[in-house]
Amino acid sequence: MNKTRVWQKVRPYALVLPAMIGILLFVVYPILYLIKLSMFKYNLLNKDKSKFIGADNYTEIFSRGDFYNALTTTVLYTVGVVAVTMVLSLVIALWLNQNTRFNAIVQAGIFTPHIISIVSIALVWMWLMEPNYGLLNFALKAIGLPALPWLQSSSTSLLSVIIVSVWQNVGYYSLLIVAALKNIPQTIYEAAALDNASKFKVFYKITLPMISPQLFFILVIMTIGSFKVFDTVKIMTGGGPNGSTTTLVYYIYEFRTNSIGYASATGVVLMAIITVLTFIYFRLLSKKVHYQ
Amino acid sequence: MFWKAVVLMGFIFPFLWMISTSLQTFEETMTFPPTWVPSSPQWSNFVEAMSSGPFLTYFKNSVIVTTSIIVLQLAVMIPAAYAFAQYRFFGNKILFGMVLLAFMIPGQVTFIPVYLMLADAGMIKSLWPQILPFMSNAFGIFLLRQYFMQIPQEIIESARLDNASEFKIIWKIMIPMSMPAISTVALFSFVSHWNDYFWPLVMTDSEAVRPLTMGIAMLRETEGISNWHIIMAGNVVLVVPILIVYLFASRQIVKAFVYSGIK
Repeated sequence: MNKTRVWQKVRPYALVLPAMIGILLFVVYPILYLIKLSMFKYNLLNKDKSKFIGADNYTEIFSRGDFYNALTTTVLYTVGVVAVTMVLSLVIALWLNQNTRFNAIVQAGIFTPHIISIVSIALVWMWLMEPNYGLLNFALKAIGLPALPWLQSSSTSLLSVIIVSVWQNVGYYSLLIVAALKNIPQTIYEAAALDNASKFKVFYKITLPMISPQLFFILVIMTIGSFKVFDTVKIMTGGGPNGSTTTLVYYIYEFRTNSIGYASATGVVLMAIITVLTFIYFRLLSKKVHYQ
Repeated sequence: MFWKAVVLMGFIFPFLWMISTSLQTFEETMTFPPTWVPSSPQWSNFVEAMSSGPFLTYFKNSVIVTTSIIVLQLAVMIPAAYAFAQYRFFGNKILFGMVLLAFMIPGQVTFIPVYLMLADAGMIKSLWPQILPFMSNAFGIFLLRQYFMQIPQEIIESARLDNASEFKIIWKIMIPMSMPAISTVALFSFVSHWNDYFWPLVMTDSEAVRPLTMGIAMLRETEGISNWHIIMAGNVVLVVPILIVYLFASRQIVKAFVYSGIK
């Protein structure tokens, strides 16, 4: 074979090589390394003292109350965020679907929080939720309701974090739904209008099935996204009070320096959960979704 | 119209309130009912916020990290996307499967091993741990490949007939014709890495390499929990650059995020 032919064979590999190095080094290898770490009692200061302990970290995980607390908190957070964001963004999308100038402004406005750093969002909301001088309690008192402790009490802290997440993301998801709505052919609606179908029926029989692939997709990315929640918790509550906002990633974060093996094992569990969730979604739900 | 305006306010107001607080005196933040418009704007709050830590360093780090990530991603992503779009080669499906895997596995799962790796490589005191892990942007490769596949094959074939090298085809045809997609990916990268908090938090252990987001988040520790006027002043500094970019490129940014959601 001459030089040009060899080059032609090698060329595609040369072009994808840098990308593959990045993925191997920072995705594939870390996954394997994570699994290995999860089977060790790892000694950060003296690596030779690290001890292989097999599945002990996993046995420990599933026997500890604080792990189940973190798991429950994450599930509650996920269910809350996904359900509320889904309904609200669908309502807002239908409401702002017409192409008017004002709608475009409102859409741009409610999308704004999504591109602002979570640090800013968290700080602004902590200030709004401040128990004595915060605006939210001022508003509650102004309409004759009792003030809430928001982030300071374990009974309201998770709810407060959920409110912030919904507020930050609802604009983004409603934009995704608006994009889906725009793809529905107008002729279907015209046919329905000829049949004198009620508004509710049009929504239930046409709109909803037509955008179900996108809704399903949003459901998947939102669930997986919610399972990774960390930033709001770290800044706003530090996992508290009393562990009421300690989510899985925050739990891993807390163990990251002192018990690397245990934290890694929890990381593997999180990865397994995310994989299983994706799988279940695509297996079970995709059958019920209408594809064009 | 009225209710739409109310909803709009619900999303804009917290930012207005942030700006108002950043210009109030400490006493004004502690009055009940609240002060809506500061009696005399306290610009000194900004000076105080910015002098409570090495903010120039934080800012510089944010700029260096964000630009390096974008440049590195473009250099890595464009050739890879071109290869996946143009050639069929042995193992291309497996390699593309790895790109999808990279898309699925979040940093929140792998940050411990990545940290140990980079610490072993002696990089923790540098900015590399905030840059290198993002060199392969899986979403970008995916999006650009789709885009490259839509470019008419005739154009590429005729360039080849004219003996143009593949490098020249990428440089003179693919890149100029895919500018919308390329700028979309770059803008998306800019916004997400400028705003990132988790990754620098777990990858840094000294002030010298921290970005602006961490500096602002730490204001609460240096300023205590009640100096909200100073904390909000710092917060304005973090938010305003993004808001300005959003004002000028809102359509592009929205497109970038909608793309990343739909694909």
